[in-house]
Parts: sequence; C-alpha cells; structure tokens
Amino acid sequence: MAFICTPASPGNLVCYVAYKPMGGLLIAFKRFDPQFGVWGSEFKGIDNFINLVSGVNKVEFWQAFRNTFIISAYSLIFGFPVPIILALLFAEIGNDTVRKLTQTATYLPHFLSEVTITGIALMLVYSGVRSTGIIASLLQQIGLIEPGVSIMQKSNYFRPLYIMVGIWKESGYNSIVYFAAIMGISPTLYEALKVDGGNKFQEIRFITFPGMAPTLIIMIIMRIGSMLTIGYERVLLLYNANIYVTADVLSTFEQRIGILSGNYGIGAAVSLFNSLIAFALVIGANTISRNISETSLW
Amino acid sequence: MERLNRSEKIFKVFSYTMIIIFALLALYPVLYAFSVSISGKVAYESGQIVLLPKEVTFQAYDMVLHNKGFWIAYTNTLFYTVLGTAWSMAISITGAYALQKTKLMFRRQWNFLLVFTMWFSAGMIPLYLNYKTMHVDNRWGMIIAFGVQAYNIILLRNYFSSIPKEIEEAAIMDGANEFQMLGKVYIPMSTASIATVTLFYAISRWNGYYWSRMLLSNPYEQPLQVYLRQLIENYQKLYDESPVNLAYSADSLAYAIIICSIIPVLVIYPYIQKYFAKGVNMGGVKG
Repeated sequence: MAFICTPASPGNLVCYVAYKPMGGLLIAFKRFDPQFGVWGSEFKGIDNFINLVSGVNKVEFWQAFRNTFIISAYSLIFGFPVPIILALLFAEIGNDTVRKLTQTATYLPHFLSEVTITGIALMLVYSGVRSTGIIASLLQQIGLIEPGVSIMQKSNYFRPLYIMVGIWKESGYNSIVYFAAIMGISPTLYEALKVDGGNKFQEIRFITFPGMAPTLIIMIIMRIGSMLTIGYERVLLLYNANIYVTADVLSTFEQRIGILSGNYGIGAAVSLFNSLIAFALVIGANTISRNISETSLW
Repeated sequence: MERLNRSEKIFKVFSYTMIIIFALLALYPVLYAFSVSISGKVAYESGQIVLLPKEVTFQAYDMVLHNKGFWIAYTNTLFYTVLGTAWSMAISITGAYALQKTKLMFRRQWNFLLVFTMWFSAGMIPLYLNYKTMHVDNRWGMIIAFGVQAYNIILLRNYFSSIPKEIEEAAIMDGANEFQMLGKVYIPMSTASIATVTLFYAISRWNGYYWSRMLLSNPYEQPLQVYLRQLIENYQKLYDESPVNLAYSADSLAYAIIICSIIPVLVIYPYIQKYFAKGVNMGGVKG
C-alpha cells in the first residue's frame, strides 16, 4: 500500500504551485485587495478586461499584444531554420573529433544563464562615452549605425538583437533533436538514391527532409504553443523604458502593471488572456497537425 | 571508404567550413568576454581587443573576489542548487515511479493532471500572489515550491515504464516491497536517466533568476544570478567608487563578474554534455 502515498508528495506540490493559482485567476474579475485575499475581494465583472482593451491601459496593452506576436513570428521565421541547418551540417561531419568539438561549442550558450547571455549581449552592443562594445563598433565601421548612438536606446534595434541572442543561445541545443532524427534515417535509402544517380541536394530534398518531418512538426507545434510565454525573461533583461514601443510583450506588461505597480486585478486579466490564448494555440496547432500529418503531441 | 560523387564532396567541404564558423561564432562572445576581463584599460578603451587579451592584468578578478556580496550570493546559489536538486530528485523519482504503476488508482487522471500543467498555466500574477500567500519568499520556500518540473517527471516516468515488467515480477516473487523495488531495481537500472534529470534540475537552479528576483527581498538570501544582474546594471558605479586609479576598464570588471559566475558551468559542462543530448532524445514528447 505504500505506493499510494508516493504520488501524494509531488501531487501535493503540483496542486499547490500549479492548480491552486488557477483559482487565483478569479481576481481577473475582481478589484483585488490583499487584505481580503482572492476570495474576499470585491467582484467587478469584466471591468478589468474593459480597462485593458479600451480604458487607460489600452495603448500599452495593444502595443504589448502586437509586439508579442511580431517578435514570436520573427523568432520563428529567423530562428527556427538555424538548428535544422546545423543538424544537416553535423550529419555531414564524418570526423568524430571535429563533430564532438563543434557540438560542444554550439551547445554551450544554452547552459549559460539568461542573465549571463543578456549581460554579455548588452555589453557587446553598448556604446558610451568611455567604451564601445565590439559589435557596436563593428556596426559603426560598416555604417549600419551612427557613432554615439546606443543600440539599446533605439527601438528599431531591439527585435534583431532579441532574435540574434535567441539564435546564439538555443540553436546548437535545439539541433540535437533534428540531428537524432537524421541519424535515425535508414542508410539504405541514401544508397538506393545514389544507385539511381541522385545528387546531394536531391538526397536532402527527398530523403532527409521527409525523414525528419515528424520531428519538425512536433517542434513547430511546441514553438507555436509556447509563442506567448517563451522568452519573457530575455525580454525583461534586454529591454528598457525607452524602447517599450517595440520591445514590450504581454508578459512583461503583465509584470509591470501587476507586480510592480500593484494592479493585481488588471495583471491577472492579462494572465488569463495570455494563458487562454497559449492554451488555444497548443490545442489548435496539435489538431491541425494531427489532421494533416497524423503526428501530434497527444 | 565510401565513394563520394561530386556534389557530395562539395557539400562535405561546405559543411566542415560552415560548422567550424558556427562553432567559433557561438564561442566568440564568451572568449571575448574573458579576454577583455584580463586586459588593460588603455588597450580596451582604444578598441584594440578583438580576440586576444592585451596588457594582461588580473586585477578585475581581484576586485570581484574581494566583494563580500559576491561570495554571499555564490554560497546561496550553491545552497539552492544542492538542496534544491536533492529535493527535486526525491519527489521526481517517487512521483515518476508511482505514475507508471499500472495498479495505481486513477493513474490516467494523475498523469493528465501533471501533463496539463505544461499546457495551461495560471499566469504570472496568480502565481506571484500564490507564492506570496504561501510565504515562498524565503530560502526554504524557494527550495520546496520550485521543486518539480512536469517535463522531468515525464522523462523519468517514461524511462521507468520501459523497464521490463518481468524484472518487477521476479522481485515481487522474492518478496520485495515497493521501496525495495524502487531502490534496488528501478533506480540502479536507470542511473543514466537519473543523472540526466539531476543535471536538468541542477542547471535550472544554478541559472534561475526571475522568481528569485521577484520573491526574495532579503539580500542575504539572493542567489548569484540576481546579484549578477544587479552588478551588470551598476558596474560603472561600482567601478567609479574605487578610491584608486584602476589599471583595467569598467567593462573588464563587468566581464570578470560574468566569467566568475559561469566558471562552475564551464568546468563541468564538457562532462555532462552527453547526458543532456541523451535527455533531449530519450523523453520523446508524448505526455
């Protein structure tokens, strides 16, 4: 009978840290007063939501909403292919030592913390009175930015910077699953194509890509499903008040308005909004994928 | 040796070149950070450092290592990492073991409850208020409340359920109870998976920032990442406060702080790398 108790320990923890706060979403419909807690606060209907979409916070809310999708879409377009390319390249490296070394090097940034990675990135693009980061000075030399202009104070540089940091940090690590998928393809397929006189590009087009398709689809579902939540820590560490116009996303807006300014009700309304869209995205992406390719997460 | 046709040869050369470029690009910022951290003020501020250090000096490290706050934060992070990982593993192993038992009552429902947390989260504000009301804003709270990640339990559960049931039946015949079964059969048979999950937890503890920053207000309890971020935000002030004229630049100080914070990761990383690659592939993604 002992085993009946064992799910209770993680079970309790999961309930307390994941399910109990879901009840806390109720404050999205209340004027939250810490004195009375989640249940005792005054019920206000959908006031908080109206405040968001058409009240005093509407400009910031819609700006964050737009940025969330734009940044996610850019990350997907520019960031998603890089690990796939890396995996294709790794698969070509026959020399074990070279492959191990290059894999070790490209996975490394994944294991460094977000604070470290963004810290280095901010230093590299910093340009100030005393010193100029090496990337900032490179960009100045090739004429992409004017001398003395700090990249972090100009809103149009935020998105490229965010995406580059993401590519740097995660591409190598994300290539692992594609590499495994490529390694799982039967070598006889390649031999058959070779006998038929196919070249390398036909090989990739007709064998490698179809072979890794299920993995690709799963990864896309996961990416789309986590579109709204992913990377907010990175945004938080990279942005500043001068560039909210391109950098602020729903999660960072939620944090500022909810935790830092103490408007918990409005913050929770953003939370609920965020969670529901994220959930809908996961379900949607999964359903579409199941219908078109018979590959799905559940 | 297999024969390569022309397009294959071209692609091989191209691949080797590209992959080496990618690898160097991935490493470059870290190497550069290290070079600047040990370079002299004049060389750095006149833009002479591209890859290799110049006017080598370790004084920036001296300043970091004599910073009391740095050591407090470092010790805290060690504490959170060691105890947090131990706690996480204790509940993840017992949880994963129970969740894969076919005789577990409501097994499907328990598993669903776990997987559902990966797809639907209450969101930041309710989480924050919940942590606050449960007093997660101290050392032990941080360790206990951030103990489990659903994905890691699923990794372990999937591995446990791949262990042949015949072995379990044999152990039952020998009179093993559930604890002996877990301790003498399941755990010894899944050491590699357990190592992988341990490392996942340890790295996420070492690197964790956001909730520590949000919840811990006592500076004596803050972990390294929170302290590191404060230093990155204020390093120029720290630099300017130095009573003597320093031989290194303010940026060298910032980079030295960053390098100090990643040394443990860099040292163990080459050894643990294979476990991570394994972990990514072994779990599958099915809940």
